[in-house]
Amino acid sequence: MRQHYTAIIAKSLQARHRRERGLKYLGLISILFGFAFLLILLGNIASNGLSALWQSHIQLEVTVPADAVLDEHGAISEDMVFETNWNGIVQKSLRTEFPDAKGMRARRAVGKLVSANAGFWLKEKILANPELLDSPQKFWFKTSDEVDQYIKGHMDISVPESDRRLSDQQLAWADTLVEQGLLERHFNTTFFTQADSREPESAGILGAVVGSAMAMLVTLVLALPLAVMSAIYLEYFAKPGRMTDFIEVNINNLAAVPSIVFGLLGLTVFLNFFNMPRSAPLVGGMVLSLMTLPTIIIAARASIRAVPPSIRDAALGLGASKMQAALDHVLPMAMPGILTGTIIGMAQALGESAPLLMIGMVAFVVDVPAAITDPATALPVQIYIWSDSAERAFYEKASLAILFLVAFLILMNMAAVLLRRRFERHH
Amino acid sequence: MKKSFVIGALIATVFSSSAFAREQIKVVGSSTVYPFSTIVAERFGKNTKFKTPVIESTGSGGGIKLFCAGVGLQHPDVANASRRIKAKELASCTNNGVTVTEFIVGNDGLAFANSKQTAQMNVSIAHFAAALAAELPANNGGALIANPNQTWADVDAYVAEYTGEEPLGLPSTKIRVLVPPPTSGTRDAMGALFMKNGHKKLGTYEAVGKKGSERLREDGAAIEVGENDNLIVEKLVADPDLMGVFGFSFFDQNRDKVHASALDGIELTFDTIAEYDYPGARPLYAYVKREHLEVIPGLQKFFKEFISERALGIDGYLFPAGLVPLSEDDFAEQSAKTRKFPALSM
Repeated sequence: MRQHYTAIIAKSLQARHRRERGLKYLGLISILFGFAFLLILLGNIASNGLSALWQSHIQLEVTVPADAVLDEHGAISEDMVFETNWNGIVQKSLRTEFPDAKGMRARRAVGKLVSANAGFWLKEKILANPELLDSPQKFWFKTSDEVDQYIKGHMDISVPESDRRLSDQQLAWADTLVEQGLLERHFNTTFFTQADSREPESAGILGAVVGSAMAMLVTLVLALPLAVMSAIYLEYFAKPGRMTDFIEVNINNLAAVPSIVFGLLGLTVFLNFFNMPRSAPLVGGMVLSLMTLPTIIIAARASIRAVPPSIRDAALGLGASKMQAALDHVLPMAMPGILTGTIIGMAQALGESAPLLMIGMVAFVVDVPAAITDPATALPVQIYIWSDSAERAFYEKASLAILFLVAFLILMNMAAVLLRRRFERHH
Repeated sequence: MKKSFVIGALIATVFSSSAFAREQIKVVGSSTVYPFSTIVAERFGKNTKFKTPVIESTGSGGGIKLFCAGVGLQHPDVANASRRIKAKELASCTNNGVTVTEFIVGNDGLAFANSKQTAQMNVSIAHFAAALAAELPANNGGALIANPNQTWADVDAYVAEYTGEEPLGLPSTKIRVLVPPPTSGTRDAMGALFMKNGHKKLGTYEAVGKKGSERLREDGAAIEVGENDNLIVEKLVADPDLMGVFGFSFFDQNRDKVHASALDGIELTFDTIAEYDYPGARPLYAYVKREHLEVIPGLQKFFKEFISERALGIDGYLFPAGLVPLSEDDFAEQSAKTRKFPALSM
């Protein structure tokens, strides 16, 4: 009889183990599936974007005459700097490389090889190093975005000449320069040291990074204390009843509201009512903090609730006040959970562009913001703007910016993990 | 303690921020004018001591609304538009104490384009209207019915029968056209230049009426897409049977991927736009708030840069970006306005 039962159990045990293995593999397959998609996505973006880390440069020898910058006393004169045709100096030097290009059309075609901003670059360089005046100097100038795309192999040269951004002649000139060693690819530092530009070769991400960082700081400073206070109140002080239920339902609802609605709120309340500056990271941060607030409150409440009641009871029993029990005993233990919630909320906010549209942060901003009230963009917004630009070269810039955004997120998450570890070690 | 100090400081900033002086020009408006005004802005910022103007692409309608909201630092100084300001909009400007100077900054042409993998769809604007109208009269002057045309061949037959002209032999692909969203000036221009004029050419304008002539069908043949013109080009490449309507500068940058239809037998080129032969040619506008001219540093100079030979001329730096220059007379007229900034009245 007994043997009979063990046989049944052994048999069912086998089936149960089989099912368990099935579940395990199903889970594994799901993870692999998700991971594969992530790899494909990132791989695709990386293959498009990594080429933006390099930028083609042309070496030209230019001589900037002293009277382009200095007045008769040898001092830098702003008027003379303004009067000087900086781009003309670059163009003239470029034309000496191709003496056979004669006539207006050919001269213009030659001129298209270098960046339209080359003159500005030369001006900055000379103003920073006035000792370079009056003597022939070799500089590496950025090529135009079209030449850069051609050098990187992003231009389809099989289509008829009229359908291309560069003519056969221009391509031949570029090839000659490559052969002479005068056209090289250098690391694109501009991408990390400049803000937006209409010339893809001068466009960088610094403005957007600073804008994002400022907005995130405002979000953190506003949302975290507000959320923790709300959570403590709701958990420890609020009397259960209709009012508390009402608040709770509303917080849960707010967490599900589409982000654009918070943008509209920001537009009507912060901009139109309080007359705060448009396009400012301050307002961006405030709008994003409204958006992340419910997420953090919910996470904070859950982690406060997860602290064993015995801790609080013991504190109260030993004569601590409600506040002391909450702040000194419960909150430190709940902190890892609260931080996780905060990070999730902040990561969400960092990737958000829709609410920023309403408050004017989707804009062309060339100057890197210096204060939280200066006009600025944010990383996702910059990606959006570049992907919407007609010039093909912005496509790789947008892809590289996406990689940068992902890296930024990883950094944030790592900081969060480190912070949590520290808190957990202390308690 | 530290935290409460930071919050206090923040709140203090909030309530004092309205007192902040604004150092840079703020521009809002059309996404079609955006690429050009950003180029001017960047050069202006690099060439002068003024800060670089901040430019938002909000669509013409949205931009004019923001612009007309009032006088003061929190309101933008300039609105770009790919269509003319409407009398109603100007009235709301006036109500809020805003007077404007109007500038025409150049010309643009609406491209009706598809992927190079398929043949050019050379039609007349009558075909365009017959393909996308919400309602059309049944053939032979019948009552209005929901647009019966499902394929371009249907459109061809309809137009041929209605006008008595020879059919063009259009393919029997399903009608699917990517059109700009209602907030954009490009959509308004499409309504006026392709739909309304198309109905007039077709002879159905009387039947559908003024309002009905600009109404698009809502059965999936006209597909609204956002202001992202790159996305339209990508969609056209991915699906060779799709058609799309967008601004000339995007067509110009993507000539290797898409080709534009010749409309009414006229190809889309710089010259046909400049001469206004092409049916989709339209002027582009910029409106400046006169009340801000003396307040915002550099605002007058910015317009002197924008409306200058070196920006707008045939050798100007906006030409390679796809802006079709004004005729000499038009340019002289616009350029004269940068001296006194006359107020616009309608």
